[in-house]
Amino acid sequence: MRALALVVVAALVQPAMIQPAAAQDLRTPDQITGADDAARSAALFVEMGKVLTHPRCLNCHPVTGGPTQGDDMRAHNPPVVRGEADFGPAGMTCNTCHGTRNVSFATQPASIPGHEAWALAPVSMGWQGRSLAEICAQIKDPARNGGKDLEAIHAHNAEDGLVGWGWDPGQGRPPAPGSQEVFGQLTRAWIDTGAACPG
Amino acid sequence: MTTITINGTQRTLDIDPDTPLLWVLRDELRLTGTKFGCGVAQCGACTVMLNGTPRRSCVTPVGMIEGADVTTIEGMAGREFDAIQAAWRALDVPQCGWCQSGQVMSATMLLQQLPAPSDQQIDEAMAGNACRCATYHRIRAAIHDAARTLEG
Repeated sequence: MRALALVVVAALVQPAMIQPAAAQDLRTPDQITGADDAARSAALFVEMGKVLTHPRCLNCHPVTGGPTQGDDMRAHNPPVVRGEADFGPAGMTCNTCHGTRNVSFATQPASIPGHEAWALAPVSMGWQGRSLAEICAQIKDPARNGGKDLEAIHAHNAEDGLVGWGWDPGQGRPPAPGSQEVFGQLTRAWIDTGAACPG
Repeated sequence: MTTITINGTQRTLDIDPDTPLLWVLRDELRLTGTKFGCGVAQCGACTVMLNGTPRRSCVTPVGMIEGADVTTIEGMAGREFDAIQAAWRALDVPQCGWCQSGQVMSATMLLQQLPAPSDQQIDEAMAGNACRCATYHRIRAAIHDAARTLEG
């Protein structure tokens, strides 16, 4: 059966390059200082930005069009549009391919990502190409963040399962920097210092 | 043991839960209408209906779908499917035919969700079903043809 593989199509899938250093590269709140609370708060958000702007997160936070994929954030293959429910077009929704968990391929050393809540972030939370200052303003704005106050944002960053997928992204895919635990600690410290945004 | 319903028949499978559904369908149950194309959810040849919506069976471990309802091309029925099947025959859509059971699955789902899809909506829905004979123009025409049939 495998001899009949559509090799041209299969060749489009390249296992992601592993970047081992990335998993270590997130400082804890006690390592981040500032001249005053506001300066430290902004610095904490910059550290959080290492996670927020990592491809594991950004790929499903597009501003226009559909998702991207890979560490180079290339266009999703097959081509996918957002769809009315942020879940792909009619006839080919995200769960056509993405399951409730990561699935390693039976035929090559790579995997297709998945999670129970797999979907695009809403347009109002599109981050691709935006500055950390712009992303920070989006995250704090209940009109754009799904009605979340700061405590709900902390819970989301520290405990949400789909956020946590960023550190458990499946075979062949480097995780987001640090851990969800440290990301939650950074979010807590950012809020406690005034939730300031970088300039 | 994994229990799933396939084409209306409940099956209890004594098989490694990581085994892809496609392997079970073709190698264990000999339901060979569903095809292997790429093994990495890039071509759509292995598409089946999982609880009523399309799913690439090559990336679906059977242990992940305990209790699910699976329909393969052999078990498909219904108004939209009948219209698609008739249009496929009328327009001689397949060339080599390898990808066509997957194409029919996606086309059927599209008409269930959008009874009169535009060219763009067809292209968006069918983007995950590759055809190396490039029958895309006939696939698109047949979906329009089936949609017109359903209007009446």
